[in-house]
Amino acid sequence: MDFSLTEEHLMAQQMVRDFAHNEIYPTIKEWDRKQQLNPIVLPRMAELGILGINIPVRYGGQGFDYLTLALVCEELERVDTPLRVIMSVHMGLNSMSVLQWGTEEQKQRFLVPQAKGEKYAAFGLTEPNAGSDVAAMSSTARREGDVYILNGEKMWISLATKAHHILVFAKTDPHANPPHSGITAFMITDDMKGVTSGDIHDKLGVRAGSTGWVAMQDVEVPVENRIGEEGEGFYIAMAALDNGRYTVGAGAVGLIRACLEDSIKYAHSRETFGKPIAKHQLVQQKIAFMQQWYDASKLLIMKAGWLKNIGQRNTRETSVAKWYATDMSVQAALEAIQIHGAYGFSDEYDVERYLRNGKGAVIYEGTSEIHQLMQAGYALGFREDRPLRCELPAYDPEFWQN
Amino acid sequence: MHVVVLTKSTPDTAAKVSVEGGTVTWKEAMVLNPWDEYAVTEAVLLKEAHKVKATVMTLGKEEHGEALKQGIAIGCDQGIRIWDDGLEGHDSLLYARSVAAAVQKLGDASLVIFGKEFSDTNTDQHVYQVARKLGWTVLGSVAKILEIDFGAGTIKVERLLEQGKQIVTSKLPVVIAVLKDINEPKYPSFIGIRKASKADIPVWGLADLGVDAGSLKTKVTALAEPPKREGEVEMITGDSAAQIAATLADKLLEDKVL
Amino acid sequence: MIFVWLEHFNGSLVQASRESLGFAKSLGDSVTGLVFGQGVDGVVSEAFHYGADKVIKAEDATLETFRAEPYIALLAKLVQDHNPTYVMAAATVRGRETLSGAAADVDGALLHDVVDAKVEGGKLVATRAIYSGKVVATEAVVGDGPQFVTLRSRAFKALESDSSRSGDVSTAAPVLSEDQIATKVESFEASVGTVSLTDAAIIVSGGRGVGGPEGFAPIRELAAVLGGAVGASRATVDAGWIPYVHQVGQTGKVVSPDLYIACGISGAIQHQAGMRSSKIIVAINKDAEAPIFKIARYGVVGDLFEVVPALTEALKARLGK
Ligand SMILES: Cc1cc2nc3c(=O)[nH]c(=O)nc-3n(C[C@H](O)[C@H](O)[C@H](O)COP(=O)(O)OP(=O)(O)OC[C@H]3O[C@@H](n4cnc5c(N)ncnc54)[C@H](O)[C@@H]3O)c2cc1C
Repeated sequence: MDFSLTEEHLMAQQMVRDFAHNEIYPTIKEWDRKQQLNPIVLPRMAELGILGINIPVRYGGQGFDYLTLALVCEELERVDTPLRVIMSVHMGLNSMSVLQWGTEEQKQRFLVPQAKGEKYAAFGLTEPNAGSDVAAMSSTARREGDVYILNGEKMWISLATKAHHILVFAKTDPHANPPHSGITAFMITDDMKGVTSGDIHDKLGVRAGSTGWVAMQDVEVPVENRIGEEGEGFYIAMAALDNGRYTVGAGAVGLIRACLEDSIKYAHSRETFGKPIAKHQLVQQKIAFMQQWYDASKLLIMKAGWLKNIGQRNTRETSVAKWYATDMSVQAALEAIQIHGAYGFSDEYDVERYLRNGKGAVIYEGTSEIHQLMQAGYALGFREDRPLRCELPAYDPEFWQN
Repeated sequence: MHVVVLTKSTPDTAAKVSVEGGTVTWKEAMVLNPWDEYAVTEAVLLKEAHKVKATVMTLGKEEHGEALKQGIAIGCDQGIRIWDDGLEGHDSLLYARSVAAAVQKLGDASLVIFGKEFSDTNTDQHVYQVARKLGWTVLGSVAKILEIDFGAGTIKVERLLEQGKQIVTSKLPVVIAVLKDINEPKYPSFIGIRKASKADIPVWGLADLGVDAGSLKTKVTALAEPPKREGEVEMITGDSAAQIAATLADKLLEDKVL
Repeated sequence: MIFVWLEHFNGSLVQASRESLGFAKSLGDSVTGLVFGQGVDGVVSEAFHYGADKVIKAEDATLETFRAEPYIALLAKLVQDHNPTYVMAAATVRGRETLSGAAADVDGALLHDVVDAKVEGGKLVATRAIYSGKVVATEAVVGDGPQFVTLRSRAFKALESDSSRSGDVSTAAPVLSEDQIATKVESFEASVGTVSLTDAAIIVSGGRGVGGPEGFAPIRELAAVLGGAVGASRATVDAGWIPYVHQVGQTGKVVSPDLYIACGISGAIQHQAGMRSSKIIVAINKDAEAPIFKIARYGVVGDLFEVVPALTEALKARLGK
């Protein structure tokens, strides 16, 4: 067993840390209050190559491995959750799905511009009446010759109003039994006739991000934009979540670190009863727990990343990592606010934002309850992963870097 | 045609530096000397704009190789480390002779770029001394390269002096020291990072350079922490800004600093 | 014999060079001031007023404005010809270039940018701030040959000007002719109406708390009333609120005025690196936890937009302005 990170990992991590800290952090409160995504974020992430970090160079990416993706997400969410959300949808849920399931022609057409950051990508699975229960979706796709006609509404879609490419799911067979076997995946583009979108405001957190809705009214989608086979959509969505959840969990590791670092700094400087609060044992206990949560979450995430690197199925490991890391990030944020006292309760410090942002991650990409059901299912033998037609390719430096 | 940028690793600017047992210590990681972010970036910008080769160079022990890797990650073509046991405790003259020899060994360099100073030793004399040992012109305090033509061998810069700005032209080759204003430092690129992590960095010793260490002219004889300022603050309070201001003004007059 | 290379601007000695003369004089040896330029007679007399015993002047068109090559070459030549024990100058931009270069040419020892110096057994021993002021190093000359030293502005005391003093003036010829000099000075644009940070006895500085470019107005007013310079934190420079020449700190200027008034500056360690050797530090900040208070002599927790104008008024009244 080898826990060491390579020089390449460490330098990439440092570079993203510097970017987020120098360019995004100074104005983050302003954008959070305005409830807007800072307009420099996507172009800078594109320019720096972050939007293509773990995509092979031959497909326009930077050719780094899956572990680097986790390190990048940790650094981004250390500064602000919406930065990591971008990686979750653009990379984890969309680009990696094209890498896994797309034809060579689709990789050229979608993945290359996405990895280069020329096109931004999103993922539309959730609907107003179908969240955890994916198969309950009501969007439809009707085949008519060389096109599918898509109708329906997707809700809570990150980057809904910013993305050029959206991977959406709709039922080609609304009466299939079981229902999930009637779902098919499509790449729609924002310029298609009948595609409209809007932002959702007044969310609790992820306020400096973009979350919205996408409506499809008689949208003509060419057959070449179907990802995978008809009826394969559910599996594609679940495989996408294996990657999206990985980024969410990795981000949560960053959020725990933010809570820990800010709390340590504050505990050293704030004095009560004649000494820094860091000297009070009950404050120390909170710090100790945060450290434990950070270490355990990070190990779970890195394990999942290692499995991805060697090309092994990791649905269970990713699920447990995402569940644990996000739950603990909310816990850490609560404790961080507690350590900051009344100051933590105001937006003068960052910790209240951590809580508001962290709370989203125990809801999206599988609520904590859904992950509990999954873990119990595996443990009790009710659930088993079967091989997929297309597995996420293992990280092969030769293929990735050349 | 070739641009050489000199750098080194220094403690992070936020590092808590202390003196223990006669040596300077800190826990934080080493980073690229902060001034050199501008120097390295300038070299890379010139490389991109003028299709010249960019080499990042350091004189120092292994830890300074990190600064070279950073330089390559930002976009330099290659790194060269100068080190030799005979350089232990070197003064600025020995530094200058060694670096000048290394620049000459490259053969085709016509511009050497330094950051304003090394932030650990807080020195900049090496900049001018390298230039003299090379027999090149030196332009310190450069705030902008206004024009450069490697083919014609000319450069025009803006220098920031205490009393104002000076525009100077010169023939190449030159040694310049750049200020923070000169550019927006570049981050390493991911491709650069991969290149850096795979880079083989040659180490040139005194024999490779044909330099005789000779005897030192100056030596550090003691290191200490400056007297602490902490703990002497007197908080001025009052019912109104005017009252606070009045109290403060009186104190400052008493202290005879006005 | 001690050489002091003297820097002048607009026909008079810069303050830091007067300080260099003051220090040179304190060593007890005879002090020779070196004045390079064109039409420098006023500067030569001033050199005597501030303590020079002799002056060597070099006047030539090639020396009219400062350029490193002819200045270094000439200084090195004079050092070789006269063999002084010590060669000094202020650690200004020009002083650093000239002395470092000449020291390299004659393979002399150099102690650079020192804040204190003395002579022990015929060798210079000096203290310098290193690691951005976090460590104080003692450095000594150990080798033979001429000993060069550059002196940090405001760290040494100038003598009172004594206009009755004068002395021998000899002349020297330039070493390089115009066609041997690669550099040409195209133009010079003096910064107007502002006191240079490194020379200033009083600095009023603004940080993130000023909120924007306009927020520097009360800072400027206070500086004007005190005859001081305006400083700034890196955050304000990076935000484009004020030009880089005003930046104090690790990647800006290192200053040590008698009075440093920090307004709305939190006092990050990188800022402290540039100003912690100031004699008296006043911190005005809304945040009582700001690290700047830890190094301040006087602290005011309050809104700089109320406190600073009030202080300006209070000082105007007291200073009779
Ligand atoms: C900021 C944000 C960004 C998002 N971005 C995207 C995006 O980009 N793309 C996308 O497709 N979706 C996105 N979502 C939607 C998200 O994935 C869903 O909200 C999530 O899947 C939960 O669905 P729901 O909100 O409909 O809750 P429901 O499914 O209605 O669940 C409500 C509650 O019931 C619980 N529950 C449900 N089923 C069970 C069960 N079987 N047993 C026990 N408890 C159960 C849940 O845990 C939850 O507590 C985003 C959401 C947010 C908040």
